[in-house]
Amino acid sequence: MAGHSYDAEKYWKANLRLIFGSLIIWALVSYGFAILLRPLLAGIPIGGTDLGFWFAQQGSILTFIALIFHYAWRMNKIDEKFGVHEE
Amino acid sequence: MSQFAINIMFVGGSFLLYIGIAIWAKAGSTSDFYVAGGGVHPVTNGMAIGADWMSAASFISMAGLIAAGGYANSSFLMGWTGGYVLLAMLLAPYLRKFGKFTVPEFIGDRFYSKNARLVAVICLIVASVTYVIGQMAGAGVAFSRFLEVDATLGLIIAAIVVFVYAVLGGMKGITYTQVAQYCVLITAYTIPAVFISMQLTGNPIPPLGLFSTHIDSGMPILDKLNQVITDLGFNEYTADIDNKLNMVLFTLSLMIGTAGLPHVIIRFFTVPKVADARWSAGWALVFIALLYLTAPAVASMARLNLMTTIYPEGTAAEPIEYDARPAWIRDWEVTGLIQFTDKNEDGRIQLYNDTPEFEPQAEARGWEGNELVVNRDILVLANPEIANLPGWVIGLIAAGGLAAALSTAAGLLLAISSAVSHDLIKGSINPAITEKGELLAARISMAVAIVVATYLGANPPGFAAQVVALAFGIAAASLFPALMMGIFSKRVNNTGAIAGMLSGLTFTLVYIFVYKGWLFIPGTANLPDTPENWVLGISPLSIGAVGAVVNFAVAFVVSNATEEPPVEIQELVESVRYPRGAGQAHDH
Repeated sequence: MAGHSYDAEKYWKANLRLIFGSLIIWALVSYGFAILLRPLLAGIPIGGTDLGFWFAQQGSILTFIALIFHYAWRMNKIDEKFGVHEE
Repeated sequence: MSQFAINIMFVGGSFLLYIGIAIWAKAGSTSDFYVAGGGVHPVTNGMAIGADWMSAASFISMAGLIAAGGYANSSFLMGWTGGYVLLAMLLAPYLRKFGKFTVPEFIGDRFYSKNARLVAVICLIVASVTYVIGQMAGAGVAFSRFLEVDATLGLIIAAIVVFVYAVLGGMKGITYTQVAQYCVLITAYTIPAVFISMQLTGNPIPPLGLFSTHIDSGMPILDKLNQVITDLGFNEYTADIDNKLNMVLFTLSLMIGTAGLPHVIIRFFTVPKVADARWSAGWALVFIALLYLTAPAVASMARLNLMTTIYPEGTAAEPIEYDARPAWIRDWEVTGLIQFTDKNEDGRIQLYNDTPEFEPQAEARGWEGNELVVNRDILVLANPEIANLPGWVIGLIAAGGLAAALSTAAGLLLAISSAVSHDLIKGSINPAITEKGELLAARISMAVAIVVATYLGANPPGFAAQVVALAFGIAAASLFPALMMGIFSKRVNNTGAIAGMLSGLTFTLVYIFVYKGWLFIPGTANLPDTPENWVLGISPLSIGAVGAVVNFAVAFVVSNATEEPPVEIQELVESVRYPRGAGQAHDH
């Protein structure tokens, strides 16, 4: 790794960017849509209640799964691009 | 065949399976014992994490909590799943790259300090022991209800089974029994849910049923539930709440607490590669979500079922007569988890929320107080009986509840025993110990941990109900920030990390003890544990997130005021960030 310190830094920055983006969505669906912004979504009905309730009991969990798989898939690409993937 | 025989068959059959797996997967080295040799497939590991994570609390209690609190208790659903996003991105891959056996070992090496390692060991043991008490107590409840044995005897049987596969097989035995236990518990949880969803909404998929139309009333099922319970003085099920700050902090505490619990983290050490650690977090959440998406459906449907059982002619008509109560109420009355007192002596079961606001209505109907107290923990266990499902489903639920409790207990016991044998004995007391000696020490500490956990499960201390707050508070305020800073900052040093952990931990414990009593001793609380007394409306259950912030802040300030970590530590941080060269988890 020592010889590629410039690339190593870029690799780490790419990882941090991906994490940051993922955590914004993570916070938006759970703390946002399901809790703080629920009154704003109250007008969107879904099966006897509103969209905020759906995010609180189902939507955020489904989003979390998508976020982790997306992260794992993107990181594999990034690992390969920077040549730090495992053999 | 009697119900008792069916239950014995299911539970006994599952136990034989676990022991069979243990004999097949005997541990031969410390690497086998601590990290299952490091060769577990990510999907297999995801399933094992699912069983490791989903405890008696998830299986038995969570649906009951949601049924009682409705929307307000959605925190449990989001909190206990959202932590996996943090694990997958902030901890698991890097700790896997580090490639050692335990969580305190990383903290000790990264912060080049035996004291830091010791603080981590203490946090780990307190969090895990408090957590394991709940598992053993949960196993005791399942035994006493389904196998009609004394709870203590039931616990001892459960302890012997765990002893066989955990002591013999270590992480290797635990991994493969957890896979089997996951299959048992998820089948047991979903089958009754599918039946109930079909009965009430005609939709066989419970998470979809939750937002479908109730067949009998033609209304959306959540509307119907809201109507029935508000008629009886309860809050609307889907109602929004006022104290959003507390809900946010409670959810956040559960999330970072989840990510900081050592028994979950060590499961990520068992996969061959860094990329596998990321994938297994995803698979773990898929397997966990199968239960967590079913639970809110079970919660609302079971609550509606309970209400229509008591008020078969609708809430405007009189409730059922006590003598005409269904068999499942009789069965659970025996355990004391359902209690009836005929306050107005009319021979009927008045179930309602006796608040001052509802008083005029209650008086007009001649009601003199709520007469039926249903412990919310029985909701899942009684579910098949409430919905009149066949006997084998009840046997399955018994085996499922035990699988959930035992799989989590085994994971916790492994975390405890590896902290004792690897971090305390090999790390501090006797570094020269041979591998054989360490393996023996690990087995002995596991055995001791099982005996202690069984004793505490049979004689749960008065604070058993508070342990969730304690375990998550400790993990959130001490372990999670230390681990995260160890990976994402090269600047945080030994002094900063120790100061951070101790201040986060102290802050959290003091806030919990002020409201819950010092060391949970009754009568020693300084303030009543009610929302009016909480600082900014923050409940003691939600304080872990604030404790984590304290930990981060103190660690940064102290680190910046003291010298930088040595070069080799900065290189260590550098190396955990890049996957190449992970190799198997190893000793030194």
